[in-house]
Amino acid sequence: MDPLLWVLFTPLVGGIILGLVGQRDTAPNLNVVCSLITFSAAVILTVRIINNGPLFSFGKLFFIDPLNVFLVTLTAFVGLTTSIFSRPYMRVERDHGKMTPNRLRLYHSMFQLFMFTMFLALMTNNLGILWVAMEGATLATVLLVSVYRTVSSLEAAWKYFILCGVGIALALFGTILLYLAADRQLGGGTDALLWTTLNAVKSHLDPAIMSLAFVFLLVGYGTKMGLVPLHSWLPDAHAEGPTPISAVLSGLLLNVALYAVLRFKVLTDGALHNGMPGKLLIGFGLLSVLVATFSLSRQKDVKRMFSYSSIEHIGIMTFAFGIGGPVATYAGLLHMTVHSLVKSAIFFTVGHACQNAGTQVMADIRGLVKVSPTVGWGMLFGSLAILGMPPFGVFSSEFLILTTAMRELPWATPILILALGVAFASIFGRVQGMVFGETTAKPLAHSPALLPVFAHLGLALLLGLYIPTYLNLWFLQAVHMIVR
Amino acid sequence: MTPLAPQIVNLLAAILLLVTFAMLSQRRILSLIHLFTLHGATLVASALVVAWVTHDSELYYSAALTLALKVILIPWILHKLILRLNVKWDVEPLINVPMTMLIGIVLVIIAFNLALPISQLSSSIARGTLGIALACILLSFLMMITRSKAVPQVIGFLSMENGLFFSAMAATNGMPMIVELGIALDILVGILILGVFLFQIREQFDNLDIHNLEHLKEED
Repeated sequence: MDPLLWVLFTPLVGGIILGLVGQRDTAPNLNVVCSLITFSAAVILTVRIINNGPLFSFGKLFFIDPLNVFLVTLTAFVGLTTSIFSRPYMRVERDHGKMTPNRLRLYHSMFQLFMFTMFLALMTNNLGILWVAMEGATLATVLLVSVYRTVSSLEAAWKYFILCGVGIALALFGTILLYLAADRQLGGGTDALLWTTLNAVKSHLDPAIMSLAFVFLLVGYGTKMGLVPLHSWLPDAHAEGPTPISAVLSGLLLNVALYAVLRFKVLTDGALHNGMPGKLLIGFGLLSVLVATFSLSRQKDVKRMFSYSSIEHIGIMTFAFGIGGPVATYAGLLHMTVHSLVKSAIFFTVGHACQNAGTQVMADIRGLVKVSPTVGWGMLFGSLAILGMPPFGVFSSEFLILTTAMRELPWATPILILALGVAFASIFGRVQGMVFGETTAKPLAHSPALLPVFAHLGLALLLGLYIPTYLNLWFLQAVHMIVR
Repeated sequence: MTPLAPQIVNLLAAILLLVTFAMLSQRRILSLIHLFTLHGATLVASALVVAWVTHDSELYYSAALTLALKVILIPWILHKLILRLNVKWDVEPLINVPMTMLIGIVLVIIAFNLALPISQLSSSIARGTLGIALACILLSFLMMITRSKAVPQVIGFLSMENGLFFSAMAATNGMPMIVELGIALDILVGILILGVFLFQIREQFDNLDIHNLEHLKEED
């Protein structure tokens, strides 16, 4: 059977079933099983795409090429590890009385539905459905952000809903304009919103409409990516929800929104030839990196700090794709991968650290290495990795981005290096304080799941030392899809 | 194509803009919901006219969908909500009404200028109204920004969706059906989630003032 169906419908069916039985003791295992099936199907799908090239499914409704299959596998993998991590995490939350059976049911069901919307957004060929799926991803997570019902979590969820709602409305206007441009060329109908159809005629699309459409689309999906100045919802939403949700929001949803922008960039570049989309991405990217790194040192809450770090890294990726060209695009894709892996690993350790200390305030988290060594070392290595220390993969991608920037945009290089330095000083100082030092905290009742943390960090390490030939080929094919 | 049809669409677009301004100045929540219903009804009427002229059967379906969702279902949910939450008191805008109106006029001028080059490229019979559609979107934005209570913010959000629907019609005689259906589903789920939210906010604060939701700051 078509592995695509399995990738798409396992989370949907799983979400519905978990909506009925998600409060039971077996629900976390069912959650893991669903994610495992999805991941296996994604791997099979990937092998087929790499060997046989892009394919359509359901007529032309779904389109899989090396670019999106790479993100599908990454999403499925992080989804799997997050579901493994959330088993002990949610048990502790339940013991602390923060998760009631109803809330657990909501969590398990919405987790799977959130995965479904992301896969739908990644694999659909119809740019209108892409919009529907992105909005669906917000809707699936918004109730999870407010799941603890505290004052600040309600505020975060309201902000998330309204700001992302407004942003996504602008993206819809951009999609309408795109449809207008397509309508003039292709004469309307459902086919006129298919990416593959548009890609074939992109050089004939009207430049005036396309440039306006791209601005609306970038602002719209940029809100979901957390690009400055549209980022104010992101630290709140990522910090107030349960930690597994923070991990998938930071690690995966940002990637999916960036993927949407990339698809539109390919079309707009084809229509315009003046590099306007790239310049916009460079501008937004640099601004995001700068604002995010200088906000890092002002944070007191550990999850907020790492959320700002996500804004910084999404800025770096946006900058890389803005430069364009094969090397920077390759680096951007590599950075997407390692950032997803490392950032979700960090959130896993942060989740356990906060449970241990009973707070998210960094000043009150101390001596992680003493109370639970694996969590402490995991957080330390994760932070080193995210800060771009060799030999982790983030170093390779940032190095590639910086060297390309030196050649293409010399003026931007010092800004980036300054920002990376500031980020290092802000994050490393705080993490050191949390990891070492004395503490009176007791170890957790349920031992944390460490496989996800070290699997992610191991992969990030591997990508820093050596990129397997197969993976390299895969990345190169994806780069080809974007640059062409 | 009858020469009358574009005139009727223009008239309906003008009514839509007028209703949006009325919503912007309205202080009572109940009247706001009535105006929102009228907003949706105008939208349905103009969709029907465009569908009649272009013989576009998909547009009939999306008009029916809009009628069911935005004229009947959502206003009904909103009525239920404010009854259950007992919030019929006046809305106090953050900026006074004359000032809001002036900003609104500026926004309309911006929208018209932005839409002018695009509408010339469109082949839809409603293309002259793209500026009005964009103006409705921007005015709904303004409404969301200037209101401090949760329910008017939600209505602003919904009227923005109306403006988007209208702009899709003005630009291209409506989006493909499958996309329309998806958007309708998102809006419906969205309004249900917002309903849940309003109860959660009220449980926490005993009122629906968004001022309560301004504690998350950098230094916290």
